Amino acid sequence: MSDLSVLPIVSVDQLSKQVNHENTHLSILHDICFDIKTGESVAIVGASGSGKSTLLGLLAGLDAPSSGGVTIQGQALFNLDEDGRAALRGRCMGFVFQSFQLLPMLTALENVMLPLELSGSPDARQRAALILERVGLGHRTAHYPRLLSGGEQQRVAIARAFVTEPALLLADEPTGNLDSATGANIIELLFTLNRERGTTLLLVTHDAALAQRCGRTLHLDAGRLVATS
Amino acid sequence: MKLALRLLVREWRAGELRLLFGALLVAVAAITTVSFFTNRVQHALNSQTNQLLAADLVLIADHPIAAEFAAQAASTGMRVAHTLAFPSMVVSGQNNQFVEVKAVSPAYPLRGELSASQALFAPAENVTQGPQAGTAWADARLMQMMGLKVGGVIALGQARLTLAAVIQREPDRAGDFFNIAPRLMVNIADIPSTQLIQPGSRVGYRLLIAGDEPGIAAFRAWASPRLERGERIEGIGDARPEIRAAMERAQRYLGLAALVSAILAAVAIALAGHQYLARHLDSCAVLRCLGANQARLFRIYLLQFVVLGFVASLLGGLLGLGGQALLAEMLRGRIVSDLPAPSLFPLLEGISIGLLLLLAFVLPPLLHMIKVPPLRVMRRDLGPPQQHGLFTYAFGALLVATVLVYRAGEIKLGLYVLAGLVGVLLVGTILTWVLLQLLASVRSRARGVWFYGLANVARRRATSLLQILGFALGLMALLLLTLVRNDLFTSWQSALPVDAPNRFLINIQPDQVGALEKFFQGQKLTTPTFYPMVRGRLAAINDQAVQAQDYPEERTRRLVEREFNLSWAAQPRADYRLTAGQWWQAGQAQDQLSVEEGIAKTLNIKLGDRLSYDIAGTQVQGRVTSLRKVQWDGMQVNFFVIAPPALLQTQPATYITSFHLPVGQEALLNQLLRQFPNLTVIDVAAIIGDVRMIMDQVSDAVSFVFLFTLLAGLVVLYAAVLATRHERLYEAAVMRTLGARSRQLALAQWIEFATLGTISGVLAATGASISAWVLAEQVLHIPYAFNTWVWVIGVAGGAGGITLAGLVATRSVLRAPPLGVLRAYQ
Repeated sequence: MSDLSVLPIVSVDQLSKQVNHENTHLSILHDICFDIKTGESVAIVGASGSGKSTLLGLLAGLDAPSSGGVTIQGQALFNLDEDGRAALRGRCMGFVFQSFQLLPMLTALENVMLPLELSGSPDARQRAALILERVGLGHRTAHYPRLLSGGEQQRVAIARAFVTEPALLLADEPTGNLDSATGANIIELLFTLNRERGTTLLLVTHDAALAQRCGRTLHLDAGRLVATS
Repeated sequence: MKLALRLLVREWRAGELRLLFGALLVAVAAITTVSFFTNRVQHALNSQTNQLLAADLVLIADHPIAAEFAAQAASTGMRVAHTLAFPSMVVSGQNNQFVEVKAVSPAYPLRGELSASQALFAPAENVTQGPQAGTAWADARLMQMMGLKVGGVIALGQARLTLAAVIQREPDRAGDFFNIAPRLMVNIADIPSTQLIQPGSRVGYRLLIAGDEPGIAAFRAWASPRLERGERIEGIGDARPEIRAAMERAQRYLGLAALVSAILAAVAIALAGHQYLARHLDSCAVLRCLGANQARLFRIYLLQFVVLGFVASLLGGLLGLGGQALLAEMLRGRIVSDLPAPSLFPLLEGISIGLLLLLAFVLPPLLHMIKVPPLRVMRRDLGPPQQHGLFTYAFGALLVATVLVYRAGEIKLGLYVLAGLVGVLLVGTILTWVLLQLLASVRSRARGVWFYGLANVARRRATSLLQILGFALGLMALLLLTLVRNDLFTSWQSALPVDAPNRFLINIQPDQVGALEKFFQGQKLTTPTFYPMVRGRLAAINDQAVQAQDYPEERTRRLVEREFNLSWAAQPRADYRLTAGQWWQAGQAQDQLSVEEGIAKTLNIKLGDRLSYDIAGTQVQGRVTSLRKVQWDGMQVNFFVIAPPALLQTQPATYITSFHLPVGQEALLNQLLRQFPNLTVIDVAAIIGDVRMIMDQVSDAVSFVFLFTLLAGLVVLYAAVLATRHERLYEAAVMRTLGARSRQLALAQWIEFATLGTISGVLAATGASISAWVLAEQVLHIPYAFNTWVWVIGVAGGAGGITLAGLVATRSVLRAPPLGVLRAYQ
């Protein structure tokens, strides 16, 4: 009898992605295989164009691979249709993006409430307010994104990612648009929340300091997984 | 549902919905103001023209009308009156005269004014009812012909009646001018004592009915299937061709104004909707990333649009209700004296149209937008997949087309405008695309701000195209409504000039024509043209005997039963417009006929048919070689059928003419009648007044409607400019970061908007000129001359107006701090 807690939360099996561009065949990812255990924190690093973001997009089910598969919590991601993948994301994933991706017409609080409202949570407002307080933005809940600094916008995005208490948090260059001091604060916040909530963290980064904070690092080079450290 | 509403409220608070809401509000306000107002004016015009029937509806019969009709009308709250008319002899001393007797019940007239005077040339006074029992009223002609005096006694059949007044105006005295004998009006209660009505007497019975519109319609629906042979129902639309023609044109003008407002509304909504959805592409991707599937996104946005559409349309409708009330107040006394209360139908109609237009324009792009790949959250270059939803767009287009045709009020006008719109869009797209290509090649040679200005137009090709088409449609509608409207009105009014004939002279014997010409010359009046007139009954079409019972419609049966007025002419009159065939030439066969288009259609007569007329026992035959359009509201002498002189001039004929008698010279008529006692003068001044009143009122109404259309046009301009505002903000920030000065940015924008405006102006002037020409020729049936001002104002107004609107709407682009913009749009 298998124990779910020891099963990998993410399992990547021979994942490849090719695109056709002006009649040339471009291989972006090539036969990627790895597992991530529940509660782990993993960084994917590599040079620009190595395929890091493409890999993250595939793990989130935002894009479809050319071959291979991804299993999230025992569910084969690409056996699901687009709507099924959306439901899975809503159920067990959180996202933090380099460009924050806050909705400009919603206040900080409303942006954080959004995923809870989509899942029909009855106490969305209280939970969103609590977590905004937790990320240090309790006094800016009614502000629109355009009135917040880059660091503040990313904190709202982190609050939005954690508010549903996802099993898996995916982050794409979360400090890429921030200065180093602000970036350090964001990293601290991300790992503290990760620890507090026992979330599995998978992030793509250029930032060596950020990668070092993770338990494991996957190195990508030209679409191939070349090392794990 | 709750989430959709919550998001709607949040978006509203953030100001995201203002443009779309504003576009809908103005659109529906424009549509409903036009509807409310035209609805009320049309009802008022109808009720005014009903005065010419002395009722709202008349049941006419050649036998006594069954009591159940009056009982039914009275039981549903209608007012009723009875009249009956028959020819008879009046005797006064040694004189006797053939008259048309009209007997009226005390309630007569139900609509319009009956006026009478106490002596032959005494001033007229309005009276509320006709003669009392035992008395009679005579018209001026009868008084003069028989030398009668008020207070004298006349004999009508076995009854002796006291002459109590001179009839000055009788609302329903019109119709067949050519069978008019002098009028004697009596009380219906006196008819039995005259003993004139015997079996076989030629008596026309009328039941007059008046009441509110639904009641009248209900009565008509109830009575129509109960009519028997010899009975018919008439409303104003069934009688009086000159009023009917004027009313039809009036309705077309108002329909046109309403249509233009709908087109502008549609453009404003389309632009605002497009902008809204373009702004929400990222949000849609984020929502998909956060777990919302396509069906859910569709439901969320659809519900938002429906709620927004309903609220905006409702408010727009209420604004329209207020607008038309204000208008009615402003025009009190100038338009019709008492406008009936508005019905709520235009409100429902406005809300439905607002919602339909919104859904027609947002559903197709929405269905497309929800397919945005969620990966867009990581790669902004990804957009929705290529569009394949031809069916979806066809559905939207069909909805818009339906709304337009419906708003036009008649299929023909709607289809013309729709075809024009599609034509303008197609031709405009091709022309604009070519011009933009040209610009793209020209800009490489341009320098400095010119390079950036032109580069912007050429680079944003798709957006520029959308903006140009939006601008052009808006401008075209405005040009149509202003300059072209005036031209169309002038053309219409020129058909009825100030000196239009206001008197008809009939029964002129051939040997009197010369003397009459001398009479007119002696009085320094323009000598009118005298037209020969031969009376004949249509006996056969293509040798098939014509019988009334062959035609299903009562009106057609009556036409067939009575005698036609035929005339002859060698040349066509300048205002004849042949719609088929050719006018005869000298030397051709003389058995030709030119038939009026309307009667040809009614009697199913076609070009080439052989018609046989029975003229005083002689058969005359001719072949139909042309069909003619006749301007019935021009007050000219018109004939259904005209033949070459050789075919008819041997037949017994009288002459007829119409002439303009200036106000104040009415005494001339007495002189004329003394000199030519056999003539009959028919006064149509009142009818001309009615037609002119309809024209003036429609002109006023359209002017006001124009204000709302102008507002809708401004929203279109604003929406079109705003469509690229965010893009401009970002670009300006980048350029300013790179060292561009505000003046350079402003100049580049100025060049861009002026270029867009000029192209739009050219398209709009072309579209407006062509549309006006088609409308004049095909829908309103009036001549149209091209107006060069349309071009001057179209191009100058387009360039100037759009530059101004553009600079105002994007002034924040130049003021916004670059850092904030770059941060917001990164």
